[in-house]
Amino acid sequence: MALFSKKSTLPAHPPAGATGEGEFLVTKLEEMVSWARSNSLWPFPFATACCGIEFMSVAAAHYDIARFGSEVVRFSPRQADLLIVAGTVTDKMAPILRRIYDQMPEPKWVISMGVCASSGGFYRAYHVTQGIDEIIPVDVYVPGCPPTPEELIYAILQLQKKIQSGEKSRDSRSARFAAEQLP
Amino acid sequence: MSSGVVETATLSPAAEKLAERIESSPVAGRARVVDLDIPTIEVGPGNWVALARFLRDDPGCQYDLFLDLCGVDNLRRRGADRASRFEAVIHLHSLSRNEHARVRVVLPDDEKPSLPSVESVWPAADWFEREAYDLYGFDFPGHPNLHRILCHDAFVGHALRKDYAPGQRWFYAEEDLRVPEWAKDTEEKAGNFETQTISIGPSHPATHGIIHLIARLDGEKIVRAETIIGYLHRCFEKMAEKHHWNQVIPYTDRLNYVSAMNNGVGYVRTVEKMLGIEIPDRGQLVRTILSEFSRIMDHCVCIGANLVDIGALTNFVYLYQNRENIYDLLEACCGARLTVSYVRVGGLAIDVPDDFVPRCRKLLETIPALLDDIEKLVNNNRIVRNRLAGTGIVTREQAVAWGLTGPMLRASGVAYDVRRARPYDFYDKFDWDIPIARDGDNFARYLVRMEEMRQSLKIIRQALEILPAKGPVSSDDWHVVLPPKDAVYHDMESLIYHFKLVMEGIRVPAGERYEWIEAGNGELGFYAVSDGRGGPYRLKVRPPCFAAMAAFEKMVVGGTVSDAVATLGTLNVIAGELDR
Repeated sequence: MALFSKKSTLPAHPPAGATGEGEFLVTKLEEMVSWARSNSLWPFPFATACCGIEFMSVAAAHYDIARFGSEVVRFSPRQADLLIVAGTVTDKMAPILRRIYDQMPEPKWVISMGVCASSGGFYRAYHVTQGIDEIIPVDVYVPGCPPTPEELIYAILQLQKKIQSGEKSRDSRSARFAAEQLP
Repeated sequence: MSSGVVETATLSPAAEKLAERIESSPVAGRARVVDLDIPTIEVGPGNWVALARFLRDDPGCQYDLFLDLCGVDNLRRRGADRASRFEAVIHLHSLSRNEHARVRVVLPDDEKPSLPSVESVWPAADWFEREAYDLYGFDFPGHPNLHRILCHDAFVGHALRKDYAPGQRWFYAEEDLRVPEWAKDTEEKAGNFETQTISIGPSHPATHGIIHLIARLDGEKIVRAETIIGYLHRCFEKMAEKHHWNQVIPYTDRLNYVSAMNNGVGYVRTVEKMLGIEIPDRGQLVRTILSEFSRIMDHCVCIGANLVDIGALTNFVYLYQNRENIYDLLEACCGARLTVSYVRVGGLAIDVPDDFVPRCRKLLETIPALLDDIEKLVNNNRIVRNRLAGTGIVTREQAVAWGLTGPMLRASGVAYDVRRARPYDFYDKFDWDIPIARDGDNFARYLVRMEEMRQSLKIIRQALEILPAKGPVSSDDWHVVLPPKDAVYHDMESLIYHFKLVMEGIRVPAGERYEWIEAGNGELGFYAVSDGRGGPYRLKVRPPCFAAMAAFEKMVVGGTVSDAVATLGTLNVIAGELDR
């Protein structure tokens, strides 16, 4: 269980003399929880455009994100803890994205898939939000137009590392962020 | 009009015939025919409705299919001595006569441009007029529901006017959404024990892409519906006006991103026709082969997603494997999977890889096997039949009136396919059939798409037979196509061509052109206006699924919510193309 023992001060292996019966594992509760969280991310695909098609590729048989514990795609924000924003977000869509983010229970993470979601991409235009970080906090940005499935899988792995390292989701920051937005 | 041709002696036979018909019409003497790429009628707004009725009903015209309406702002148009700033351009097609025509309505009032609505003549005009109102501020007296359609409801100004700054955004909050008046009235009606208004989308698993449906239900039946679109309006047309002709190609990929290659081919064909250049056979055939593969990809996603919506998940995985296999081919050709940007004005970006033909032949084996599997799973499946057969019915008359094209129109019994009606590239040399169905329901559309995939395979097989093994894929006109890199490094003249093309873009002669091809969803048209600069002055896309989506709110009335979900799947609405 090297996974847990990295930062743990307690030995992460059964003490000497332990028998098969009643074996136990000593670790920090926090680490145990983040290990579980990182390996069962339930994504909500906020698929608006082309990147949504590449997200479908990642979810389909060939790339298969089930290998990384993230195949339980939920279409209700109440049941998801990972928001994958795949595609261009326009000013008309932006309030809906914010509402969906707010509806997700804590802890929650956000992957911004593709340059449109990250920065508006090459749509520097009158109806396009210039990056979703105008309205919600983002944990991992994925470049590409659209990113290849490998890139999105890499982003999920990066996020898993981030969660395992104990870094908190941006809940506190997002609450403050929301408060700042109030008139 | 710069060409300003009035003498009938110089008109083409088609335009001359049209001019003769107009002479016998109620607007004789107040409309004139000019001969551009297609016969064009110029008329003032006062005579537009009378002309519209005549064009639809006259046995010598019969323009029954309304294709497109768009605005043009001549404010900054070079070399145009035009009396007025705004004009509306309408494209029509006659199914029985197999001819396109254009109407140009010149709007004399620069301050308040206005022309009467023709929604009562062609129901398909409804959304196109709303779009022109939204983006150009044209008023359409007589329109039943003239509101913004693409931009959000807090938007100020009209974005495609030439004096609107491309990056000017407006703050929008959720409460700014315009809810239709009828949807606000939630009182129970006498006799209806359960009347309620629900909102489906814009973030909903069944609305692929982002579409918003507001529906009034009586029990489970939809009694009234309105679709709200524009959630993916990313300003394609404004962006095109700010770029060079070749720089627009990546934007076209993101219109119908499910079959990106088709859009690029449609767009560059328009520019090539304006330039009057020919591209080598090998380049054309590679375009055809990849376009047909893209059509297969398009139909795979449409059918796969539709079946997922009605609960059949396995098919999606099977159909998606086809896409993955085709992605491999595209990736070998140009390095990208989805948004390929493989075409260029005058040919292709680079030559295909050496193993192109064996790769294609391998796909010709794997795809039919997977299609057979799908047919075994689906065709006699009772659930699929119950959900798709007899729902979402569009009659032949409705399909034409609503301006539908492509598989939607063919499933209602009209054998209109651009590849046959006006063969481009090599389509007239291939042996293939147009699949049609008569029922016009969701199951008919499924069957038509399945058969179209097999016909596409047939076309690809024949195209591979005649594909020259070697040779150029692009034109060698260095005014249009970049010279080979090696020559640019070692030859002064090539360097100059390269510099001029990169810095100033292709010089397309002033004029206008409408070119149309058969894309996955139907007739994809590009209307381009050039004033001699390096990029388009105006570029309008005629998106095939725009008309289909406009028809959706009429199709679902009378059915249940679950029928609406099945119907939306067979429309194959791609938000990038719908909202542009």
